[in-house]
Amino acid sequence: MTVRVRDLDVELGGRPVLSAVSLTVPAGSWTAVIGPNGTGKSTLLRAVLGLVPSRGGVTVAGADLGALKPRERARIVAYAPQSPSLPAGMTVFDYTLLGRSPYIPHLGREGARDRAVAADVLGRLDLAGLAGRPLEHLSGGERQRVVLARALAQQTSVLLLDEPTTSLDIGHQQQVLELVDQLRLADGLTVVTTIHDLTLAGQYADDLVLLSGGRVAAAGPPAGVLTRAAVAEHFGARVRVEPGPDGRPVLSPERP
Amino acid sequence: MRPAPLAGAVAVLLVVMVAGLLVGAADLPLAGVLKALADRVPFVHLDSGLSVVERNVLFELRLPRVLMGALVGGMLAMAGAGYQGVFRNPLADPYLLGAAAGAGVGATLVIVLIPGDPGFGVPLAAFVGAIAGVLLAYVLGSTAGRGNGAATLVLAGVAVSSFLAAVQTFIQQVKAEDLQRIYSWILGGVGTADWHQIAMVAPYALVSTLVLLAHGRLLDVLSVGDEEAASLGLSAPRVRLVVLVAASLATACAVAVSGLIGFVGIVVPHVVRRLAGGSYRVVLPLSLLGGAAFLTLADLVARTVVAPGELPLGVVTAFVGGPFFVVVLRAARRQVEP
Repeated sequence: MTVRVRDLDVELGGRPVLSAVSLTVPAGSWTAVIGPNGTGKSTLLRAVLGLVPSRGGVTVAGADLGALKPRERARIVAYAPQSPSLPAGMTVFDYTLLGRSPYIPHLGREGARDRAVAADVLGRLDLAGLAGRPLEHLSGGERQRVVLARALAQQTSVLLLDEPTTSLDIGHQQQVLELVDQLRLADGLTVVTTIHDLTLAGQYADDLVLLSGGRVAAAGPPAGVLTRAAVAEHFGARVRVEPGPDGRPVLSPERP
Repeated sequence: MRPAPLAGAVAVLLVVMVAGLLVGAADLPLAGVLKALADRVPFVHLDSGLSVVERNVLFELRLPRVLMGALVGGMLAMAGAGYQGVFRNPLADPYLLGAAAGAGVGATLVIVLIPGDPGFGVPLAAFVGAIAGVLLAYVLGSTAGRGNGAATLVLAGVAVSSFLAAVQTFIQQVKAEDLQRIYSWILGGVGTADWHQIAMVAPYALVSTLVLLAHGRLLDVLSVGDEEAASLGLSAPRVRLVVLVAASLATACAVAVSGLIGFVGIVVPHVVRRLAGGSYRVVLPLSLLGGAAFLTLADLVARTVVAPGELPLGVVTAFVGGPFFVVVLRAARRQVEP
């Protein structure tokens, strides 16, 4: 489903964090939100979810997200935070089952279908063998996949991932992003991620949105956004930008 | 939850309760007690062979006392588990938000102001005081700070607790001649339990039990934090409020009839977590049963080790709870730095 954000303003503690942010994510596509530290990338995702108060509008397939009940919204948009809290002692399966929460009656308990969905998701993410393992006994890469599993168990059509590759080595970064891409193609998911690594962002996303100072500085296909000049202006970094074999830009840092 | 741990907990509780009925200044025969109990079931008629005195000991002293011990222990442990879920901290206890200090002020006031207390004054005042203490902390906590709700609430609880404790100490110092009675209330016990007291708190205990047990799954969702819970469609503040009200009601029930008994609310949920896992769907019901068994046993110890005298129940639980707490803390530290 197409996600549209219009003129989004967010203030946190009286300080404007996002001003007049607009973007459109076509159904089934992947948009990466990039930008320097502290520019409001995570806040943008949280505002889309309604976790922080905002002015402006967010629609998914034309429906106003802000007007939906929290449970209805949670059946449309799933979210994996940058540093998820993983309750000690909880098993991978029970954690995945939390993703079924929007479907389980408030004071009720999960049904056979909820358990089947959770088991299916774990199978697809190659986590079936870890189902009974407590969360604190997982490696960084496994943890990231488990958080993804909880989000997928929500069976939403929109997936918001905040820095899904933080603290992963380059191999696991690729693994997680490939996985997200496969799931996106298989289920027709609309994906929005924030991500720090600009080359990875350019390799996986259909569109990039460059946030700087709480505003959209540039948006569009990677080759148009990731330019030497833009990186210098917004990140204060010197990089060489060259087209890779698939035409997508590859950034290599240069010492000043 | 799996049936095995539940059946085990029920069995332990039943054994401990029967032991509580049999053992005492006058030991009662097992067969006679069981028959006398069965005789009370409608349409069942059995001759227990107990004398009139034995029957009176059983039904007017032992049974209400055992039931009260089980009720108080169950309430405190379940309320403790509820508070721990709400604050996402295994060291939270049911007195965290001022229930104990509020009850202390209420009970002390009645003891000081009404010399010929008819018997229900202290429990009633303790009950009202406990509720008022938590209410004060909640109002203060939710108006003072926005954002980090749970942490502000705990701070408000600390402030309210120390303020009310100061009030209680002041009243107590002014009327030093009542010190003995106040002190023995604070140390806690179920020695004065009777059917009237049980009937007084049972309805509240039942309501808070039903509400808390129904919220196990939601507390599991809450364990990922307010923001992630919101992304899963759950309003954390609302769940927190309902669980806090129910857990505080349970605490008030316990405090009203037994004074301030410490450690049950922390120790029992901890043991349950170690044995049966961390899900609140398991921790809440098993804490209820485990707390009931633990306090029944503690009361048995309290009235037998220095017989014919009695130890204050709070002393017995703290005697077990203190060392246990150290062990838990050491184990927790090992987990943090392997």
